[in-house]
Amino acid sequence: MTTPLVEAVDVSRRFSRKLDYAEKIANLFGAGLEEKTVHAVDEVNLAVYPGEVVGLVGESGCGKSTLGRVMAGIMPASGGEVRWKGRPLTSLQGDDKRAMRLSAQMIFQDPMSTLNPRKRVIDLIGEAPRVHGIVKGREVRDYVASLAERVGLDASYLDRYPHQFSGGQRQRIGIARALAVKPKLLVCDESVAALDVSIQAQILNLFMDLKREFGLTYLFISHDLGVVKHICDRVVVMYLGRVVESATPDELFDDPKHPYTQALIRELPTVADRHRIFTPIKGEIPSPLHPPPGCHFHPRCPKAFDRCRVERPVLKQNAVGHVSACHLNDLAAIETKNATAEPAI
Amino acid sequence: MTPILEVKNLSTHFMTRRGVLKAIDDVSFAVGQKEIVGLVGESGSGKSITGFSILGLVDPPGRVVSGQILFKGEDLLKLSPAAMRTIRGKRIAMIFQDPMMTLNPVLSIGTQMIETVLAHGKVSRAEAWARSRDALGLVGIPSPEERLDAYPHQFSGGMRQRVAIAIALLHRPDLIIADEPTTALDVTIQSQILFEIKRLAAEFGMALIWISHDLGVVAALADRIMVMYAGKIVEAGQVDGVLTEPRHPYTSGLLSAVPAAVPRGEPLRPIPGFAPSPLSRPSGCAFRDRCARATDVCATEPMPEIAAGREFRCFHPHLWSVA
Repeated sequence: MTTPLVEAVDVSRRFSRKLDYAEKIANLFGAGLEEKTVHAVDEVNLAVYPGEVVGLVGESGCGKSTLGRVMAGIMPASGGEVRWKGRPLTSLQGDDKRAMRLSAQMIFQDPMSTLNPRKRVIDLIGEAPRVHGIVKGREVRDYVASLAERVGLDASYLDRYPHQFSGGQRQRIGIARALAVKPKLLVCDESVAALDVSIQAQILNLFMDLKREFGLTYLFISHDLGVVKHICDRVVVMYLGRVVESATPDELFDDPKHPYTQALIRELPTVADRHRIFTPIKGEIPSPLHPPPGCHFHPRCPKAFDRCRVERPVLKQNAVGHVSACHLNDLAAIETKNATAEPAI
Repeated sequence: MTPILEVKNLSTHFMTRRGVLKAIDDVSFAVGQKEIVGLVGESGSGKSITGFSILGLVDPPGRVVSGQILFKGEDLLKLSPAAMRTIRGKRIAMIFQDPMMTLNPVLSIGTQMIETVLAHGKVSRAEAWARSRDALGLVGIPSPEERLDAYPHQFSGGMRQRVAIAIALLHRPDLIIADEPTTALDVTIQSQILFEIKRLAAEFGMALIWISHDLGVVAALADRIMVMYAGKIVEAGQVDGVLTEPRHPYTSGLLSAVPAAVPRGEPLRPIPGFAPSPLSRPSGCAFRDRCARATDVCATEPMPEIAAGREFRCFHPHLWSVA
């Protein structure tokens, strides 16, 4: 079996706010204030193999962006470990560490907030490869021009500033910048969410062309199931910091096992589904400050029973390459066992 | 049935230093009573400015330069600002994409709702409070009495949008203009809001203009759809027809660009090029540079054509066999 390019092993990421002086003083008088901790990512296992496109979907606050950042190595994990080609990130030193950092690049949702508005395109794209010695100073312009052309930017625009471009073109600049350091893994965090549908299609096609051309691996974070279904080899669904289901797109969309995945797929508005009657699942996404006990989804789940309120469901295999974390899996297993145990007539 | 709103040849232009920006240009449409109309288009197509123009919310340097907006037969463009204020928020209400921008962060929800009630009706404070409470209950906010004392930041995004809808409903308007109200929401929350709005529109007999870039949402919600491109309505008709047998090449381009239109893993079919800058649109059909069907005649302006309840602006519309 091949080693994953990047792998999260029981990775958790917590954010906590330390008590300020006033609160500490209040505690001296017995106020009993505690640090507030958000479990953005809660013991997640995820392996991304070379050449794969893995989709990470979920609603706001489910921890998908945080997991993406932790796996790209730009944010440390608070628990568990991230392995790059089998080696823990924390054990990498010197050149190895630098090589890993360059090999994993991120592309964000809003290029306007990640592109320095006071730099020209040539510097935005060319600075990193020059600093890291990938190209020599006098070759930077040619190098950037070839990259710009590859992502569909006119090479005559290299001396322009980001504000002179449209949203789709800015996203192309962001992609060219990521490609400039010859990465292996691209972590795309909602990279097409802000784009109009026709521009979105152009960018998605570009991602797929680049994958073939440069042998890239993608971790594609999105809230848009339609996009993820189209381009990913495997889809991972997160809810409130945990992975609830993972399968190939065909499996996931034809036979979703987790009630949350079922709801997401059912409620996705599509052009084919006109004048529909909505049957939304009830309730809000709970605050990650106070996640519900047991299965995080149980307060909204139409199929919840007693066990869901107390015990955290673990990921179990439903089919080859299809896992889900739901107590209904056990009920289904018992049913099939009973069904097979009955003598055939 | 007489339409509740009739927009005739409306043009709204922005006089900028770089020239006249024709945000909307010769737009005509009607909204029937209790009808849900979806207005779709990409960013910069003028769909939001259409909504703002109806309510008289276009600020300088923008100006409605020509046309008529007939609401129940009365031209809103001829009304004094004072007369317009009696209609805005009472007979026609608006819901925006981001309620955090439209709700005052330092006033409680109750204060803002009671203010809205009192602005348009001579009722006692107690009655205004009761009406606000009922409106919150209608949109599915649990324990509305307590929530009236809460501030906007204490609500989640979905709940804030419910509050915005409750405020829009306070006076039982005849028409609600909703500008991308579910775009920022998660799928499961969007589904809840669409469910509520569909129920409420039917219950109170309200007409609805739903502005969105999401064809899926409009397909699910609307009776009729209008597609805007570069400041003009390029195609309009029943949702079932427009989305299944589009006549205008831009509509069909939009429909084939969505990931669901091609088998998994195959390249998507985007519309080539990008929308022209509103400051320098080509003459004639603004879509001709991106259109595979364009010919020389497209350099002249296509006039709206109406056939079998469908309206489109194109010299070379797609033909569908008539069943």
